[in-house]
Amino acid sequence: MPEEHEDILEQVTTSEYKYGFVTAIEADEAPRGLSEDTVRFISAKKNEPEWLLEHRLKSFRQWLNMEEPQWPNVTYPKIDFQDIIYYSAPKQKIAPKSLDEIDPELRKTFEKLGISLDEQKRISGVAVDAVMDSISVATTFKDELSKVGVIFCSMSEAVQEHPELVKKYLGSVVPATDNYFSALNAAVFSDGSFCYIPKGVRCPMELSTYFRINAANTGQFERTLIVAEEGSYVSYLEGCTAPQRDENQLHAAVVELVAMEKAEIKYSTVQNWYPGDKEGKGGIYNFVTKRGICAGSHAKISWTQVETGSSVTWKYPSVILKGDYSIGEFYSVAVTNNYQQADTGTKMVHLGKNTRSRIVSKGISAGKSQNSYRGLVSVSKNADNARNFSQCDSMLLGDKCGAHTFPYIEVKNNTAIVEHEATTSKIGEDQIFYCNQRGMDTETAVALIINGFAKEVMNQLPMEFAVEAQKLLAISLEGSVG
Amino acid sequence: MENNMLNSAFQTIQAEAGHLSSFQQQNWSSFDQWGLPALKHEEWKYTRIRTVFRDDMQVVAEGTGLTPAIIQQHFLPGELSKNAIVFVNGMYQPSLSRVSAPSTELVVKALSAAAGDEDAAFVKQHLGHSQQYHRDGINALNGAFAAGGVFIRAKKGKQVQDPVVIYHFSDAQSGFRFSQPRILVHAEAASEMQVLETYIKIGNEESLTNEVIELCAETDAHVHYVKLQNEGTRSNHTGTTHIRQLGRCNTHAVTITLSGNVVRNNLNMIMEAANSESHMYGLYLLNGKTLADNHTIVDNQMPNCLSNELYKGIVDDQSTGVFNGKIFVRQDAQKTNAYQSNKNILIGEQASANTKPQLEIFADDVKCSHGCTVGKLDENALFYLKARGIPDDKAKALLLHAFAVDILDQIKNESIRAYADQLISARLSYSE
Repeated sequence: MPEEHEDILEQVTTSEYKYGFVTAIEADEAPRGLSEDTVRFISAKKNEPEWLLEHRLKSFRQWLNMEEPQWPNVTYPKIDFQDIIYYSAPKQKIAPKSLDEIDPELRKTFEKLGISLDEQKRISGVAVDAVMDSISVATTFKDELSKVGVIFCSMSEAVQEHPELVKKYLGSVVPATDNYFSALNAAVFSDGSFCYIPKGVRCPMELSTYFRINAANTGQFERTLIVAEEGSYVSYLEGCTAPQRDENQLHAAVVELVAMEKAEIKYSTVQNWYPGDKEGKGGIYNFVTKRGICAGSHAKISWTQVETGSSVTWKYPSVILKGDYSIGEFYSVAVTNNYQQADTGTKMVHLGKNTRSRIVSKGISAGKSQNSYRGLVSVSKNADNARNFSQCDSMLLGDKCGAHTFPYIEVKNNTAIVEHEATTSKIGEDQIFYCNQRGMDTETAVALIINGFAKEVMNQLPMEFAVEAQKLLAISLEGSVG
Repeated sequence: MENNMLNSAFQTIQAEAGHLSSFQQQNWSSFDQWGLPALKHEEWKYTRIRTVFRDDMQVVAEGTGLTPAIIQQHFLPGELSKNAIVFVNGMYQPSLSRVSAPSTELVVKALSAAAGDEDAAFVKQHLGHSQQYHRDGINALNGAFAAGGVFIRAKKGKQVQDPVVIYHFSDAQSGFRFSQPRILVHAEAASEMQVLETYIKIGNEESLTNEVIELCAETDAHVHYVKLQNEGTRSNHTGTTHIRQLGRCNTHAVTITLSGNVVRNNLNMIMEAANSESHMYGLYLLNGKTLADNHTIVDNQMPNCLSNELYKGIVDDQSTGVFNGKIFVRQDAQKTNAYQSNKNILIGEQASANTKPQLEIFADDVKCSHGCTVGKLDENALFYLKARGIPDDKAKALLLHAFAVDILDQIKNESIRAYADQLISARLSYSE
């Protein structure tokens, strides 16, 4: 191998996680630990109305009586919930009135991540809500969006300005009692994005939230709520990174989507939390509850996710198909390397008549990682003519990793047609040989083949994201071949 | 579970268990400790198994009052009654059994006897291996009554001509009958045997059969196993068929469930040697309120093995079909080919199917696939037949029979196949 080439490779493999830097910024933090006082502290910080505090406290009390789930196919040391800082906000000298007043240090952080908070400089026309630790730092293109009636702001702002909407929908799809981590989130959630698309509006630009964990020892508990009224459309992107640290950090988010009659929500995630180092030290625990409901007829919700980060992932974006003729889709690429563990999949709950769902899941495991697909397709008694097709393929790179599938299929209606198929294999030697023969080195060949394997999912991503995601895929697997 | 009869039956069998008494005692303690699995137990998610273990179950430590005449009346014709091994109420009955195969080929004796003679080492080593895969009170409870079981051995290099047919009788004339047969089969190197298990309930009361059969196949052995369940709607069943491949060999299992109240079949294929082959086929043809739950495990431990699995279900009325297929491919099991498929046809408006094909793979150079479908009869096929003047009901019977034939064809023995086909055709009102 020529020397120059080796250098480049060296560079790439050692700088695997390029978002691992820390921003030196003063933070306003809650005392370590979790109690009713913590919950009251967060609520007071955000100047919340009484009902929301009540909601938080109720959830917190319920959480105390719940047990941490043991069924996922992942192992991690027990989390000490008293050793986490539940609220951490970057200190800003004055509350920014416009985007120009944002702390330059913060601005720099996001610029380094490739997220520009400068509207003028953006050409792609994506509105961004930037969240650092517990609070939203900035939301761009607000004015332009409000012209068509779209509300896009941070959750704290929504609580102040649109309390009636928040009260109506918060917890309507993922109730606090749903599971251990959703209860925790309901008690201590700090910020997140809120998005409301009024009747008949097609959102003029992509909406996006960028989550960044910066402070040490904190947990991030954000909450996202998207409501699409009758006949509206929105495409929403979510991205995330965190600094490189030796300790594990907890991220327990809740995302709720509500799609009314003939509305469509497209939700894409590129998850790139810090995955831990080569020995499996550090990394983010990503325990997320995501669920959408097709509340009206002909509604559609589509989840697309590219999961490359986190040391442990536990995530099942789901769709409840309540409206007749509603559609749910789930496209996923999950890549695990080194000591990463992922237990991810989806739930499609068919309740309405003539509902359809489609699941495409591609798992790639390398190193000593474990990658599981866990999904549920449920067809209830009254869901006549429900249709589901699921495909989950796994690829194994290396003989020390594992690929697992746990698909649950429950059908209670005899007009339903449900199909599931899954395969597990490795990259064929003949395929590699073919590429080698044409002058490609093995690593490039593997990247090419993996990209082909994941193409079906990648095609679902918005264009700006797709390019990014493809690169991410290649980097995540760097050094796992040969 | 509060059942004095169970306790006293255990004391009775324990008193005469001899070499098996410590095995039985261990299992009895485990049963005490683990109890019966609840719905929360992942492996029993869809089956309310606790409801079939009732307080008023009649349990005995010896067989009862069924005369040889009644027994023989239920023997299947021809070669299927030549090697007939009879259990009554879960207890092996040598006097009612008949073995026509010469003792140079086939050895049949009480399990408690085998635990004390030249087979003792084998029994000690292999009896209870299934518990490693089923750590629950149901398996343990059976183990506590192991002394009533049978030991079967096919001798080295011998081909046992006629199938070994195990008839399980439950005498439910006077109350809810609880039977717990236990069987250990040893297929020595290069032997060949066919085993059929069938279940007969006498009387109109309910019954529960909780069975464990463990089969061990050595190098070059061929074991062909068929389980046929058609006991009637008031019969419950929890059974484990545990097949171990000790050496490179070929094992084949077919499970057919035609009736019952709650039926749970565990089938384990433990592939411990390289270059082995295993096949698993199942058919459940359900109506009424039957719940049939098939749980299978294929454990690929060594390289170059092939396993193939196909389960099919026709689910009518208010019945429920459950399938859970696990395939493990361990790190050493490179070059494994493991295939699995589950297909269900839902006929009844209130019928339901729950299926979970599960793969857990730790080796990279493998080819594994699984697939499952739940749907209705193909309308195009139905239309095709009806367009050619075949009436609706006949056309449906034709299609369903064709669906079932895939599994029937896997029964290698002609007599067994013909018998199963006859039962299935009658159920589907199908005639050629």
